[in-house]
Amino acid sequence: MEVRTTTKGRELAVSLRGELDHHAARDAVTAIERAAEAALPSKLTLDFSGVTFMDSSGIAVAMRAMRRMAALGGMTALVNVPPQAKKVFDAAGIVCRAKEETT
Amino acid sequence: MKKKPDNYIAVEFLSRSVNEGFARAAVAAFAAQLDPTLDELGDVKTAVSEAVTNAIVHAYPDALGKIVLRAGVYNGNVLEITVRDWGRGIADVEKAREPLYTTGGEERSGMGFTIMESFMDKLVVRSKPDKGTVVTMKRAIAPRSGRK
Ligand SMILES: Nc1ncnc2c1ncn2[C@@H]1O[C@H](COP(=O)(O)OP(=O)(O)OP(=O)(O)O)[C@@H](O)[C@H]1O
Ligand SMILES: [Mg+2]
Repeated sequence: MEVRTTTKGRELAVSLRGELDHHAARDAVTAIERAAEAALPSKLTLDFSGVTFMDSSGIAVAMRAMRRMAALGGMTALVNVPPQAKKVFDAAGIVCRAKEETT
Repeated sequence: MKKKPDNYIAVEFLSRSVNEGFARAAVAAFAAQLDPTLDELGDVKTAVSEAVTNAIVHAYPDALGKIVLRAGVYNGNVLEITVRDWGRGIADVEKAREPLYTTGGEERSGMGFTIMESFMDKLVVRSKPDKGTVVTMKRAIAPRSGRK
């Protein structure tokens, strides 16, 4: 799993690439927490467009990020979520934005 | 008596997290003979990932142990997956299957069994404390037009 972070002012964007399972989750959590620590953002955007597979481990990763942002008084958006990962978030009742079809 | 499978595979592996991806890929490659849609394949891979991750995380929390994954085809189009471990076991299976129930702290969400149940047609969990757990899941793969 590849994690890329970009900070613009108080906005932190994290893009995830690859398979987000239990094996990859710890690295993803560490990378997100480290970036949040450094940026103290008021908004976190998690971009899932490069996520080729996700299981319930991804739910815990997203929830930890959301809790972290709530503690900072900020908000979190989950965007560009591919259909397979979206189905997993839906099962947990987590609101996320679907990946736009590229036409 | 249970019908014989049309085909099956069985793989044994150690409870290392790197094998989660291997288990998904093995089942996906085996399921290809049923010509599943992308959605069907995604559901099956997700369910397999949940069962295998549980064996890795919960069955053997502080050791490495044996996991056996079996995938079979029955009645021409029913995919049956079994994940077996010889680990810690589950004292109260009914409770463990409830949504959000977890003993895994903040690294887990307690949604694994709920996902297996809703992504597959059938889920059976048999477990005995200190003996191990067997998770069996079934999913009928819809025959597609244009298939031989
Ligand atoms: N193979 C197993 N061996 C021992 N205990 C298990 C096994 N599978 C599940 N359990 C127990 O059942 C509980 C519920 O499992 P479930 O997969 O639904 O949630 P989780 O693994 O805790 O979280 P998530 O799957 O969302 O990451 C686990 O927390 C664990 O206590
Ligand atoms: Mg689980």
